[in-house]
Amino acid sequence: MTEHIVVVGHGMVAHRFVSTLASRWATADLTVTVIGEESDPAYDRVGLSSYVGEWDRESLHLEDAQHAADPRVTVRSGQLVTSIDREVREVELTSGERIAYDTLVLATGSRAFVPPVPGHDLPGCHVYRTLDDLDGIRAAAERAGAGSHGVVIGGGLLGLEAANAVSLLGLTPHVVERNDRLMPLQVDAGGGHVLASLIRDLGIEIHLSITGTEITETADGVSVRLTDDEGVTTVVDAAFVVFSAGVRPRDELARLSGLDTAERGGILTDLGCRTSDPNIYAIGECAAIDGTCYGLVGPGYTSAEVAASTILSGEGEFTGADLSTKLKLLGVDMASFGDAHGVTPGCLEVVVNDPVAGTYSKLVMSDDATTLLGGVFVGDSGPYSLLKPLVGRALPSDDPISLISRTTDAGPGVGVEALPDEAQICSCNAVTKGDVREAICGGACDVADLKSCTRAGTSCGSCIPLLKQVLEAEGVEQSTALCEHFEQSRSELFEIVTVTGIRTFSGLIERFGHGTGCDICKPTVASILASTSSDHVLDGEQAALQDTNDHFLANIQKNGTYSVVPRMPGGEVSAEQLIVIGEIARDHDLYVKVTGGQRIDMFGARVEELPVIWKRLVDAGMESGHAYGKSLRTVKSCVGTSWCRYGQQDSVGMAVTMENRYRGLRAPHKIKMAVSGCARECAEARGKDVGVIATETGWNLYVGGNGGATPRHAQLLVGDLTDEELIRYIDRTVMFYVRTAERLQRMAPWLESMDGGIDHLREVVCNDSLGLAAELEGRMEAHVAGYVDEWSAVLDDPDKLARFVSFVNAPESPDPTVEFEEQDGRKVPVLLGSPAMPARA
Amino acid sequence: MTATLSPTEIVVCSLDRLIPGRGVAALLPDGRQIAVYLLDDGSVHALCNIDPIARAAVMSRGLVGDRGGVPVAISPIGKQAYALDDGRGIDDEAYGLSVFPARVVDGTVLVSTQPAIRHQTSRTAA
Repeated sequence: MTEHIVVVGHGMVAHRFVSTLASRWATADLTVTVIGEESDPAYDRVGLSSYVGEWDRESLHLEDAQHAADPRVTVRSGQLVTSIDREVREVELTSGERIAYDTLVLATGSRAFVPPVPGHDLPGCHVYRTLDDLDGIRAAAERAGAGSHGVVIGGGLLGLEAANAVSLLGLTPHVVERNDRLMPLQVDAGGGHVLASLIRDLGIEIHLSITGTEITETADGVSVRLTDDEGVTTVVDAAFVVFSAGVRPRDELARLSGLDTAERGGILTDLGCRTSDPNIYAIGECAAIDGTCYGLVGPGYTSAEVAASTILSGEGEFTGADLSTKLKLLGVDMASFGDAHGVTPGCLEVVVNDPVAGTYSKLVMSDDATTLLGGVFVGDSGPYSLLKPLVGRALPSDDPISLISRTTDAGPGVGVEALPDEAQICSCNAVTKGDVREAICGGACDVADLKSCTRAGTSCGSCIPLLKQVLEAEGVEQSTALCEHFEQSRSELFEIVTVTGIRTFSGLIERFGHGTGCDICKPTVASILASTSSDHVLDGEQAALQDTNDHFLANIQKNGTYSVVPRMPGGEVSAEQLIVIGEIARDHDLYVKVTGGQRIDMFGARVEELPVIWKRLVDAGMESGHAYGKSLRTVKSCVGTSWCRYGQQDSVGMAVTMENRYRGLRAPHKIKMAVSGCARECAEARGKDVGVIATETGWNLYVGGNGGATPRHAQLLVGDLTDEELIRYIDRTVMFYVRTAERLQRMAPWLESMDGGIDHLREVVCNDSLGLAAELEGRMEAHVAGYVDEWSAVLDDPDKLARFVSFVNAPESPDPTVEFEEQDGRKVPVLLGSPAMPARA
Repeated sequence: MTATLSPTEIVVCSLDRLIPGRGVAALLPDGRQIAVYLLDDGSVHALCNIDPIARAAVMSRGLVGDRGGVPVAISPIGKQAYALDDGRGIDDEAYGLSVFPARVVDGTVLVSTQPAIRHQTSRTAA
């Protein structure tokens, strides 16, 4: 008989439970119904704050949250369970519908705790918990307008996230904390002091030791009276108040149905996650496992896996939780782990407090200074990922200060080699160093492999540098050599070309490589030379380096003919130009297709026909669309304000400006861009390397999206830009990419492999942290100034034109092997040795 | 032309029509076609122009270079490499290209119409 499991709640933990179950129940006869209260299926609540600014719910959805391909799983969103009938084993929904279960899993999570301060239930009061909550806060912020204030009650992890959101919404945040320091659970007094000063520097007001809070309604928001423990009162007139003062387990359903609960709340379970009813389990933040509630996703995931295991095999045991915390908020690093507060009897502490650098580091050790117990890092959490797995183990050095002092860039004086196999590398997914090593022995040879076979690095991503180190420690050479002819990577060769001024492949390979080159290094060097000057790609020795597409300035197709794509900036084309394209296609018998990038592609041109076709296009005012190059392809756009009822900015005008600016720029890989005139995103800008989306007041700039086999949504780099700022930041971003990316690396993996990711890029682009901005802009200006249409340049040069012949000794003879046939009315190439399809009877 | 042309040789073009490191296509009198390459060291080489894997007449448009020190021509379609001296497939030995003796005399490129080495896979085409 099929067993039916009903899961109440559809958050991250419920999703992990169902995924774990689904991956292991191939033989068991089970069906699962998941009932979620929110209108969205499970999403990344840990990443809730990243919703601010992008307002894209789908980007937070967990992979396969609906289990769409699995007929055994039914997900019902937007439904609330109101009661459990344990006698007949049924749950009842608000609609009155009853669903029978054999096993019930409660994953109801927790709710935001709202302290009972006077006025806490006024309309201007919000909590920080769900996507809907954030939408409400956003609406309130927009009503209030820039320059207003927002009060956040709670100075812990959640409170700082909420303050971050308030800041991103353009308001001045005020953080209110009962304790005498921020993040009192994770950080000690010394660290809290450094943290407060770092956060104040960001323009966030901090109110500590607040004993009394009173909220009253005003004409345009709320007035918040704050009284500290010395009796001093501050009044903040704010647009709204956000409560983020902790969470409470949602155990009311369990209480109503008579399940045991823990003294301080939470559904009481044993270590196998079973409640007092053997048919009911509780997991995640609503569960008090052996009496303890855990408000973190890591232990939640563990409980999901334990419950799945208990249900399937009767065996599963929760063996403790990792309560370490690491965050990077508002650009401020903070991490704590183990016995951060030094409560172990007799423990010793080593502290490095550097108020000038704005860093605070502390290690807690056993009374004989041999065993690591815990630590706190504020301002620079560099040593955290390596030290955390060593909790309870011997210190890897006799000199503890060397482990936490910031004297070198090399990081702590401990390598990943020092970690035991049981040490957790990825605490989000409980992946140990042993798991990673096993995967490496099984053939995983890079971070991407490790991610897919161990799940390490797939949640918060902070362990990715550690994964690289394990690979290195295991002797998996992460070679960056371009090919057998150059030991250097593309980015290193780029620097060599820039620094030495060498402008020939022969000069470069003679000094820095060996052999005569190949199809990998020649086009790469060709691209570097093209990115660093405005010489025509077919000039001089460079002509010999170009891959066939660049050599013939058209796209080679499977039978050796070419396709031709004229540039249509922003997808605009005149009627006259359309007629010319039609005439060319008719006269040369070309197959015509509109591309995915808002252009027209003509297929089937023989090599000797290319100049004739270009001439007619150039005469009609068109130029090469660089469809063949590793270069800017198109800047797609919607119609924007000129025609669209919803358009907020002139997206076509901006797309044309961008396309004309970056046309012809050679890059490590093709670059696609798009501009959408409003948040409806008709141009699909977030699927592009560079995406621009109009807001009411300017442009939001996204980077690192792409389609292809591993689609990625672009991430918000910076918001609300003027036209000039937008172009300046794109200049810098694209040139930084051209300069530092590896061969055939698109912007998404480039960004992913960058230490610090989007935050680092933002520092480089917006705050000029590397001091490169002027040089990057200068290079782009030089490119723009030196741009010449490549087709015209060939038409004007008889030497180059002479290369576009079928046969050097018979230029008048077309290639006799090129043949086409019609299939379903469509012209297709016939390859040599494959007879034409017999005509249909 | 001072040099003596052998009965099986044809004139392809003057040497200055070739770019070092690239190829050109040439038509043989019987309709077969060859890819003629000029290397940086001044030597010329000729292979069958038909890519045996892609089955298109494109070899002349690929790059040349070396694989492990062996001079090669590389298919512009599938990027497979073929040795310039004996036409063997470096990436897949099942495929190869016929090799035609080529030489330069007084600034003129000459190629034999009789391949010195024939490869099964390309015999149908060249």
